Amino acid sequence: MKLISILGKYLLLMQQVFVKPDRVKLFFRQIMSEFITLGVDSLGIVLIISVFVGAVVAIQTAYNIDSPLIPLSMVGFTTRQSIILEFSPTIISLVLAGKVGSRIASEIGTMRVTGQIDALEIMGINPANFLMQPKIFAAVIINPVLITLSIGFALFGGWIACIFTGEVTSTDYISGLRSFFDPYTITYSLIKTSVFAFIITTVSGYHGYQTRGGALEVGAASTKAVVYSSILIIIFNLILTQLLLA
Amino acid sequence: MIEAHNIFKSFGDKLILNDISVKFQKGKTNLIIGQSGSGKTVLMKCLVGLFEIDKGSIFYNNRNFSRMSFKQKKEIRKEIGMLFQGGALFDYMNVEENVGFPLLMFSDMNTQQRKERVDFCLRRVNLEKSNKLMPSELSGGMIKRVAIARAISLNPAYLFCDEPNSGLDPQTSNVIDNLISEITKEFDITTVVNTHDMNSVVEIGDFIAFIYQGQLWWQGDKNQILKTENKEINDFVFASELTRKLK
Repeated sequence: MKLISILGKYLLLMQQVFVKPDRVKLFFRQIMSEFITLGVDSLGIVLIISVFVGAVVAIQTAYNIDSPLIPLSMVGFTTRQSIILEFSPTIISLVLAGKVGSRIASEIGTMRVTGQIDALEIMGINPANFLMQPKIFAAVIINPVLITLSIGFALFGGWIACIFTGEVTSTDYISGLRSFFDPYTITYSLIKTSVFAFIITTVSGYHGYQTRGGALEVGAASTKAVVYSSILIIIFNLILTQLLLA
Repeated sequence: MIEAHNIFKSFGDKLILNDISVKFQKGKTNLIIGQSGSGKTVLMKCLVGLFEIDKGSIFYNNRNFSRMSFKQKKEIRKEIGMLFQGGALFDYMNVEENVGFPLLMFSDMNTQQRKERVDFCLRRVNLEKSNKLMPSELSGGMIKRVAIARAISLNPAYLFCDEPNSGLDPQTSNVIDNLISEITKEFDITTVVNTHDMNSVVEIGDFIAFIYQGQLWWQGDKNQILKTENKEINDFVFASELTRKLK
């Protein structure tokens, strides 16, 4: 019953969010600002994690190839497939659920408990629309850009690892990266990322918006936002994989 | 003028407002007073539509607010300015942006006209040269004054102030009280102030509604409140030893 009640509240909130903004010009200005807050500010952590994940995947793949019948270019191929299909879209989205999700929930939650949302409402502004819609649009647009960069940096990390460990030559790795490439895997990866971005922003926004009380409740909302976003990302990862790849 | 007719509001089984009918006149500073938990904040939130009332009706200049659609309420709200207890300034905007925000949303003013209006409002609350300060850099009294400037930026017909003196020293409280009273008269606004500060009652109470256990217990003005024989209101007004001695 509680789950149905939460789902109902979430859908009602979304009904308020997805209406025409009061001021379209201001809305675009807000989106630009959110690109920086949600996207550019996350670039550092995304790139660092991507380089190291790429390096680890390459080393682990090389370590597991024992048979002389398997060419070493398989390291590049496997790293590319793992990164594009799973590591970049899912792992980075989970990281963003932590970073961006907690930020959104605590920002909106603090605005709720300090009366800023009431102030917007009194002014005749739809607070759900004003606060959440720019974040959702910005994340759905900027997260695929982040993930594309993440894929590039992860593959670069794999190449660095191969060079420094001497397990695989640069030629073998690059040859593996270029073999049997199906562009649809990129499409699949970016579709997943956009859906995950929608989940992160709406679930976190929902938990922030429902906050009542004080600092303790803002902290709790922030934690819930990260936990529920992460769980939903994992569930939708399975659903989307079945729908798009099966 | 704002009128409330037979308002009932409860949360769960607990009845908070019990059959309240009251009129707030234009151009006057109308105070809602009462002990903590008496229901005065709930009454104010019902008046501005932040809480839905269970029964009764609310009229803004004979327009039935409680029966309006969301869109109609939105139009009325553009005529309302509100000063919240903590100020409720937007953290991510500086003073100028906070005051100019309602203008940006609801007026067709260009940047220059907006700037002039913001400067006028800030001058009116004696806060010149504070345009670029962030809310975190302001004192309690300055936050309240910026919030007043924001509330009056759109020339509201109705001004609501929720505990404008909370957390302020007596001198700053006086400044805020006088500012509210002056603005009310100057712009001919219907002002409703929610307070339990007795200085405010004596200084600016053109009309006073005393709420006791969710009911409208007494109404009158600042002169009548000091002479009334009503026990509950005397217990409230003359709660301290000092005020009892003064009486």
